[in-house]
Amino acid sequence: MKAILVGTGKQLYFMAREFVSKGHSVVVICRDAHDAQWIVRRLKATVLHADGSVPSVLEDAGAREAEVVIAATPHDPDNLVICQVAERRFGVPITLALVSDPDNQEVFPKLGVKNVASLTQLVSKLIEHRTAAEEISNLAIMGEGAVNVTELVLPEDSPAVGKPLASAGLPCDTLVASVVRDGTAIIPRGDTVLAAGDRIVLVTLPTSYGQAVKYLTGEA
Amino acid sequence: MKKVESRYVLVVGCGRLGAHLASQLSRQGHSVVVIDTNEAKFSSLAVEFGGFRLEGDATELAVLQQAKADRADSLIAVTADDNVNLTVAQVGKHVFEIPEVFARVSNPERAAMSHELGVQTVCPLTLASEDLLRRVLGAGGEGEEA
Repeated sequence: MKAILVGTGKQLYFMAREFVSKGHSVVVICRDAHDAQWIVRRLKATVLHADGSVPSVLEDAGAREAEVVIAATPHDPDNLVICQVAERRFGVPITLALVSDPDNQEVFPKLGVKNVASLTQLVSKLIEHRTAAEEISNLAIMGEGAVNVTELVLPEDSPAVGKPLASAGLPCDTLVASVVRDGTAIIPRGDTVLAAGDRIVLVTLPTSYGQAVKYLTGEA
Repeated sequence: MKKVESRYVLVVGCGRLGAHLASQLSRQGHSVVVIDTNEAKFSSLAVEFGGFRLEGDATELAVLQQAKADRADSLIAVTADDNVNLTVAQVGKHVFEIPEVFARVSNPERAAMSHELGVQTVCPLTLASEDLLRRVLGAGGEGEEA
């Protein structure tokens, strides 16, 4: 796969190193001469010392044949324009903009850039999802935070204990995907009765997550 | 002074061009909000400037909200950074639905992209070179893209 990475500093270097090590052909564009030299000495990548938001620079970098363009400069407007130029001018199939301002995760798609990742938001989501209770661990946040997969152990005082799943009082948009009891995994059905000490894997939406976890751990 | 209906205009960037535009618009009776990240820049506004000064980064949604961008008739983005201008103009157009947005773009290559982005741009270099060529070569002179 041919990828063009635009950015600065160590983040750009490590990202490029990742791509190179996976066997992709990488062109790096960076505005800082030092960063450019650092990368060119260490990686088997083509490095352009230029402004990646200028159409002719992207063209020189091979944007017409590139499959992916990643815009990871510290400046959100630059990342927007880089993705727009790549996609609209050169028809790059996949573009990704990294943004610092989490609001831009909603703004950029309105301006035609579909893939937007916000480190700020990712970190704050992760922190938000860390609950004090130790028996809860978040296995995954999927679909850019649209779905949470959580594992928790049912405490004795959980109102769901002793009830069949269908009438356990779980909030909407909550799915108990599996139950591990005495080392045996069960894929539960509506009539599966939950017991204290069950280790359950919960699939929730961000809107139902808090409610479901609180209810099941008996905190609601 | 012409009597025209008063428009609500946001001017982003209070450098020489921004300050001049804002002062002119205000003088002509329009409601103007000037936005700049550097408060000191507001000193270049005309003394009689009657609009609002807002210190902040217009690429932040909250700042445009504070400037009541949803009620603006036009937005003119003239900071020193092309990409900031293009971004703010696009956000103005597509998020706040401002009917007319303009961006100053210094690099003619980027200016050529602007139609695809739904933004009207002004490229000083192209304007100046077209004007000079016209004067040097006469009315029949060919306009050349720099």
